Amino acid sequence: MKRLLALAASALALAASSVSAQDVAITNATVATGDGSEPIEGATVVVRGGRIVAAGTGVVVPAGIDTVDGTGTWVTPGLFATVTSLGLWDVGAVSESNDTRAGNSPFSAALDVAPIVNPNSQHIAIHRAAGVTRAASVTLPSSSIFGGQGAIIDLGADADPVVTPRAFQVVALGEGGARLSGGSRASAHALFRNALREASQFGEDASIPGRASRPAASTTGDDLPVDPRLSGEDAERGDDVLLTRFDAAALVPVVRGEQRLYVMVERASDIRSTLALKREFPRLDMVLVGASEGWLAAQDIASAGVPVIADGLDDLPKSFEELAATQSNIGRMVQAGVKVAINASAMENPRNLNQYAGNLVALSRVPGAAGLSWGQAFAAISSVPAEISGMAGRAGTLSAGAMGDLVVWDGDPLEVGSMPTAVYIDGIRQPLDNHQSRLRDRYRDIDESALPEGYDW
Amino acid sequence: MKRLVPLALAASLAACATTGSDTDRASASDADWTAPKGEDGRAPYASTYQRYPGRPTALVGATVYDGAGGRIDNGTVLFRDGEVVAIGDASLPTDGYDRIDAGGKFVTPGVIDIHSHLGDYPTPSVEAHSDGNEATSPTTPEVWAEHSVWPQDPGFTRALANGGVTSLQILPGSANLTGGRSVTLKNVSSRTVQGMKFPGAPYGMKMACGENPKRVYGGRGRAPSTRMGNFAVNRQMWLDAQAYDGEKRDIGKETLKGVLDGDILIHNHCYRADEMALVIDMGKEMGYKVTAFHHAVEAYKIGDLLRENDVCSAIWADWYGFKMEAYDGILENAAYLQREGACVVIHSDDANGIQRLNQEAAKAQAAGRRVGIDIPDAEVVGWFTLNAAKAMGIDKMTGSLEPGKMADIVLWNGDPLSVYSRPEKVWIDGALLFDAMDRKRRPVSDFELGQPGEGDVK
Repeated sequence: MKRLLALAASALALAASSVSAQDVAITNATVATGDGSEPIEGATVVVRGGRIVAAGTGVVVPAGIDTVDGTGTWVTPGLFATVTSLGLWDVGAVSESNDTRAGNSPFSAALDVAPIVNPNSQHIAIHRAAGVTRAASVTLPSSSIFGGQGAIIDLGADADPVVTPRAFQVVALGEGGARLSGGSRASAHALFRNALREASQFGEDASIPGRASRPAASTTGDDLPVDPRLSGEDAERGDDVLLTRFDAAALVPVVRGEQRLYVMVERASDIRSTLALKREFPRLDMVLVGASEGWLAAQDIASAGVPVIADGLDDLPKSFEELAATQSNIGRMVQAGVKVAINASAMENPRNLNQYAGNLVALSRVPGAAGLSWGQAFAAISSVPAEISGMAGRAGTLSAGAMGDLVVWDGDPLEVGSMPTAVYIDGIRQPLDNHQSRLRDRYRDIDESALPEGYDW
Repeated sequence: MKRLVPLALAASLAACATTGSDTDRASASDADWTAPKGEDGRAPYASTYQRYPGRPTALVGATVYDGAGGRIDNGTVLFRDGEVVAIGDASLPTDGYDRIDAGGKFVTPGVIDIHSHLGDYPTPSVEAHSDGNEATSPTTPEVWAEHSVWPQDPGFTRALANGGVTSLQILPGSANLTGGRSVTLKNVSSRTVQGMKFPGAPYGMKMACGENPKRVYGGRGRAPSTRMGNFAVNRQMWLDAQAYDGEKRDIGKETLKGVLDGDILIHNHCYRADEMALVIDMGKEMGYKVTAFHHAVEAYKIGDLLRENDVCSAIWADWYGFKMEAYDGILENAAYLQREGACVVIHSDDANGIQRLNQEAAKAQAAGRRVGIDIPDAEVVGWFTLNAAKAMGIDKMTGSLEPGKMADIVLWNGDPLSVYSRPEKVWIDGALLFDAMDRKRRPVSDFELGQPGEGDVK
C-alpha cells in the first residue's frame, strides 16, 4: 500500500510539471483573502486560466468547472516569504552547497541570484508543501555592506523559478554593516554614501573607466559643502573609488529609485538615520529589514511611508542594537500606520511564518501587549510582503485577476500543526512530495522481516 | 538567519539516557550529592534556593493536564506551602484556599526545558558572554556549566513569562566530545546561580558525537578529526576513568566516575541514527548508560532500539537541514518514537524556542495525526513536562501535578497546544512569579534596568 501511494505521488509530480493551469472551484470553505479582512465561512474560490476569478460568499461557480467540496478546510492565497535564501542552499553548514554568502567575492552589489536559484532545491519543495508559494531570495551582505540583488521567485515544480529578477538590493547599516565596513557604523555610512555617489556619477555618465566626463548635476541636498573628491568633478573610476564597475552599475537603479533598497537595521537611532537618507538621496525607495526597535521610531517610519520587513517574535536583547526588542514591535508599528511584513529570515525556517503570525494574534489577548487581528496577521505573511515585493494585487491575495496561488489547509492556517492538503501556483496543482515526505513514508513502520528498509521506496 | 549562527550553539545539546525514575536519589534532600564534599563536609556550590512565599491557592474550573497523561475537565487544583495538595473535579472542597476562577483556561505543570544554554550563552550574545564551550580540549569533563551561568541573562525572564518554563537544564555546548557537567535550575530570578540550583537534582554530563567535535578539533590538526576519532578519544577517556582510584583528586575523573556509578546522567548530543546506535554500545562497553539523546533528528529510524535501551530522545519539532547530520529531519520524529513506545521530550536549545515548547509539541502532535498516529493532548503535554523531568532525574519532585510534588504550575489563558494561548500566571514552588495581569509581577534582569523597554511585555 505504501508503495502504491508513493507511485501515485510520483505520477502526480510528473503530471503537474507538464500540465497547464487547471480551472477549479472550491466551495464551502473558510476563506481568507489575504487583504487584512477576517476569514469568511462557507465561501467559494474560483480559479480560471491560472488566475483568481472570485473569492467570497455569493460567488457563482461557472458551469462545467471542476468543483471541490472544501467543507472543513481553509482556503487562502499562498504564503509570501520575504526575505529568504530559498533555492540558494542545500545544507547550511556544507559550504560547497551554500550560495547564501560570498564573503570572498570581489563583488557585492552586483551579485544577482536570478541565474542561480535552484528550483529543485529540497527547501523549495518542502516549503511548497508548507504553503509558501512565492518568496524573495537574496544573498546576504558578506564581502561589503551590500548584499546583492534579490529575486522574487515562485515555488512551483517547474524549471522556471524567477518571477522578477533583480527586484531589490540589500544593504546592512547597523552592527553588521559596521563590522563589514571596517569596524564602525561611521564607516558603513561613509561607504554607503560613497557608493551611491559613485553610482549616481556612473549612472549619469555610463562611461568606461579612464575617460574624463562632465560632473553630474548635484541632487544630493547636502547641507555642507562637499569635498570635490566626494562629489566628483569627473567620473573617472580612478584609484580612490571603492566599487567595481559592476557594483557601481548595479547601484544605479537604486540611486534612481528604480530598484528597492532593503536596509538591514535594528536600533531606533539607526532606523532614523536610515530614514534621513531620503533627504540626501531623495529617490531612494527603501524598505527596513529587521527593525527590532521599530516601535520606538514608529511615527517616523509611518511618516516616511517606508515599509518594514520585521522580525516577528524577537524579544531578547540579542545585541546592543536590539535592547528594546519585544514581540509587540509589529503590533505597535501597525497601530502607528506602518506597513509591516513578517521577516521570514528571522525564524528557523520560512515555513514557520504562519506560526509567527499566529503568535501575533495571541498577543492581542495579552494585557499590555500589542498584537494583530487574524486578518492583519495573515496579511503580514501574504499580501503585505507581496506588495513590498512589487506584486501588489497580483500575489498574496485572492482578489480577481491575481495569480492563481491557492492553498487548501486542513485547519486554521495560523494554528500550529495545520498543513496544506493542496497547493496551486499559477493555477497549477503542485506536487507536495519531497525528501522529508519520502522519509516519512519509509519509516511509517519499522518492518525488516522480509527486506531492509532500504528497499521500501 | 538562524541557520547561520555558530554551529556550536545550534548543535549544543546531547542527552543522556538514564531516566530519573531509575534512581531514588533524585528525591534526596541533600543537594549536589554527586559532588565531592568540601573540607567542612558540605557539597561545594550547593543550592541556596528557597521557595518564595505563596498563598494557598485553588484553581477552579480549568481543563487540567496533569503532565502524566491525565486530563480533568472542569478541574480543581489545590496547592499550598509550595506543594500540590490535590487535583480533582469540581467537587474538591476549596475552603481555606484563595480561589481563582480558571473557567475556560488550562492548567499544566510548569514547562521544563531539558536543553538550554541560558546563562552560559546569555544575551546580549557578545563574545564576552560566550561561556558555553570550553573548546580547548576534546574532553573536558572537569568543567561545570554552573560556573558559566550568568543569572542576569534576560532570557530566563522570557522563558518564564512567554513559555511558562519553571525548570531547565543548562548544558555545556557541543564543541567537545565530553563537554562537562550540566546544572538543573529553578527558573527564579536570583543574584547567584546557587540561588537558582534545583535542590536535589542530579547532575548531568554533556557529550556530543558527530560533526561538531571532529570539525572543531580536526580543524586544528588534532584528534578527533573523524567520527572514528570521536569514538577512540571517548573510549580511552572512559578506560582512564575506570582506573581512577580517587587518591589524588582529579575533578574531571570525579565526574566520569559519577557517571560510571550511575549518579550523573548522560545527555548526549547526537543526530544520526547509526551514530546513536554506536553510542549505546559504547555505553555498554564502558559501563554507563545514555539517559537521553539530544537533537536526535534521526531518532525515528531507531525508535525500537531506543525503547529497548530505555533512552529518551530530546528533540525539536521541525529543525532540519542546517547541517549534514540534520538533513533527514522530519516532522513525524516525535510521533514515530511515540508509536514505538520510546520516550519523547521536546527541547529548545534556543533562547527563543524555549518560549514556545508547547507550540513545538503541538506541531509534532499534528504531524503524527496526519499519518494516523493520534496522541492525546494530555500525553503531548507530558513531552515538555514529566518526560523532561524523568530524563533530568527530577520527576519525583516536579513535572506533574501530583500531591506532594512541587507546586510548579502554569495557568494558560487557553489551550496550551494552540498558537493563540499564553501563560497567564506561573507559580514556582507555589509562589506566583509571573502574572500577565500584574505588570510588576515579572522579573526584570539587572541588565535591562534603565534600558529602552525596561519592564515591557516582551
